[in-house]
Amino acid sequence: MSQVPADLRFLKSHEWARLEADGSVTVGISDHAQQALGDLVFVEAPEAGRRVVAGEACAVVESVKAASDVYSPVSGEVVAGNADLGGQPELINHDPYGAGWIMRIRPDDKAQFAALLDARAYQAALAAETH
Amino acid sequence: MPFIPHTPEDVREMLERIGAPDTDALFDEIPAGLRTAALQEIPPALSEMEIGRLMSARAAADGRRLNFIGAGAYEHHVPAAVWAIVTRGEFYSAYTPYQAEASQGTLQLLYEYQSMMASLTGMAASNASLYDGATALAEACLMAVRAHRKSKSQRILVPASVNPTYRQVLQAIAGNQNLAFDLLPYDATGGHTTVASLEKYRGADITALVIQQPNFFGTLEDVDALTDWAHAAGMLVIAVVNPTSLAILKPPGEWGSKGADIVCGEGQPLGVPLSSGGPYFGFMTTRLEHVRQMPGRIVGRTVDLDGKQGFTLTLQAREQHIRRSKATSNICTNQGLLVTAATIYMSLVGPHGLAQVASACMERSAELVDALTRVRGVRLAFDRPRFHEAVLLLDRPVRGVLEALAARDIVGGVDISTQYPALGNALLVCATETRTGEDVATYARVLSEIMQNAAAA
Repeated sequence: MSQVPADLRFLKSHEWARLEADGSVTVGISDHAQQALGDLVFVEAPEAGRRVVAGEACAVVESVKAASDVYSPVSGEVVAGNADLGGQPELINHDPYGAGWIMRIRPDDKAQFAALLDARAYQAALAAETH
Repeated sequence: MPFIPHTPEDVREMLERIGAPDTDALFDEIPAGLRTAALQEIPPALSEMEIGRLMSARAAADGRRLNFIGAGAYEHHVPAAVWAIVTRGEFYSAYTPYQAEASQGTLQLLYEYQSMMASLTGMAASNASLYDGATALAEACLMAVRAHRKSKSQRILVPASVNPTYRQVLQAIAGNQNLAFDLLPYDATGGHTTVASLEKYRGADITALVIQQPNFFGTLEDVDALTDWAHAAGMLVIAVVNPTSLAILKPPGEWGSKGADIVCGEGQPLGVPLSSGGPYFGFMTTRLEHVRQMPGRIVGRTVDLDGKQGFTLTLQAREQHIRRSKATSNICTNQGLLVTAATIYMSLVGPHGLAQVASACMERSAELVDALTRVRGVRLAFDRPRFHEAVLLLDRPVRGVLEALAARDIVGGVDISTQYPALGNALLVCATETRTGEDVATYARVLSEIMQNAAAA
């Protein structure tokens, strides 16, 4: 059973989002997603300064099995991509909700964050997917 | 005999099962305007005997002409062993096998090919080939856009001295994917691209600069200066090269202080005979940092559970069977059979042999230019160093001269006057190691007779 921290928001496409104290939103992929992908071998995180819209593919995670897009949960400007993933993509496998974060975005509208799935809704979505 | 295994009964059953009235209904999402009805120009079927006679007659019509055409495809000596080995049953297929790892011999051959191409171009990684030289350039431009993430413009600088057919294909493939190409003028005396012509792009967001070496005119570009300028201006450098020439010219990996970023070109000179425009094959190599953006298949060497060497397809997550429409390319045709020929050709001639071929081409081409420019009414267009081709300027339209030469069984070159009107009556000629001193003398003598004849003017 994969971990779904209660303090995070999620997308059905298995991204997580956390609202930071400075108002930015940190994004990564869920524990379920990293398990499904298997050992990650390459991550392409976006460049700081890039404008993204909610639902836009803005990062790529590649495992030994597949390459998948990572979608932005909110519209805004990328303030940072996780540079550590360049040399250590496995950080996502080891610590998907911590050191394995992918990008940080300054949202145009915080209401977009509030509208994301909460942990319970994401868990329900996962259950529906696996049954 | 039809080569379709389904009987009319099979087809009827399948259509019935999916609820389609007829086979045409399966294609109804294609707009009517894009569909072709009957193929009007196709003549009725012939028997094997009849087609044999027809083809023999057509082959005979080709005659045995002395060829001085290059312009992208080159007549080289192909050792008899090359195609004797290629046509063995173990190799004789155009495709990488679907259950790839079951065919270790094929994968090893592709791995050796990649190693040789990487070494020849001075780059870290090669793919297992692309469709042809022109599409390889289009793929290289699309790849540059993916690899250069800081550049948002999708604008690429393309010198007018790049093969015009390549530029057309580039526009057809990449132009339709929102890439824009800025044409750079060639220098009127040297026939090359000058750094001065690039200055107006300094500070602009440009994704990449294409450099063809030798260029379409046969002229050598100042690759070091162009590469360094492009890198300093924040562009990637795409090299389009003739593989034979790399045996004696500096490999793109060593151009300027950092080397080119992506290298591509036409592989035909490596053991593939001229044949009505193809099939040939494209090659592509790159730096390791861009390898995930490179299209095409890549074979890697690994070890199995027992520690024994094995070969496997690698980095497949870029490919269309996994990434679908987001794959690095959806033109996945590679040219396995021709790559097999190239690999065997390179193995047989070796690095030293390839350098001998390249040197012989250069010498023979220099002799050709010497002999032809001694003919009254013929002069050399550009004064820069060349590889094995040159542009000659005539005092009369090229077409009539080429026709008169053809009547004497000489294929005298390519008339490039229409593609480069500023040059005037321009003839692109080539001589490879397959032309003898006698061939060159014959061409010069016949050309001299034609040019003296006022009727040809």
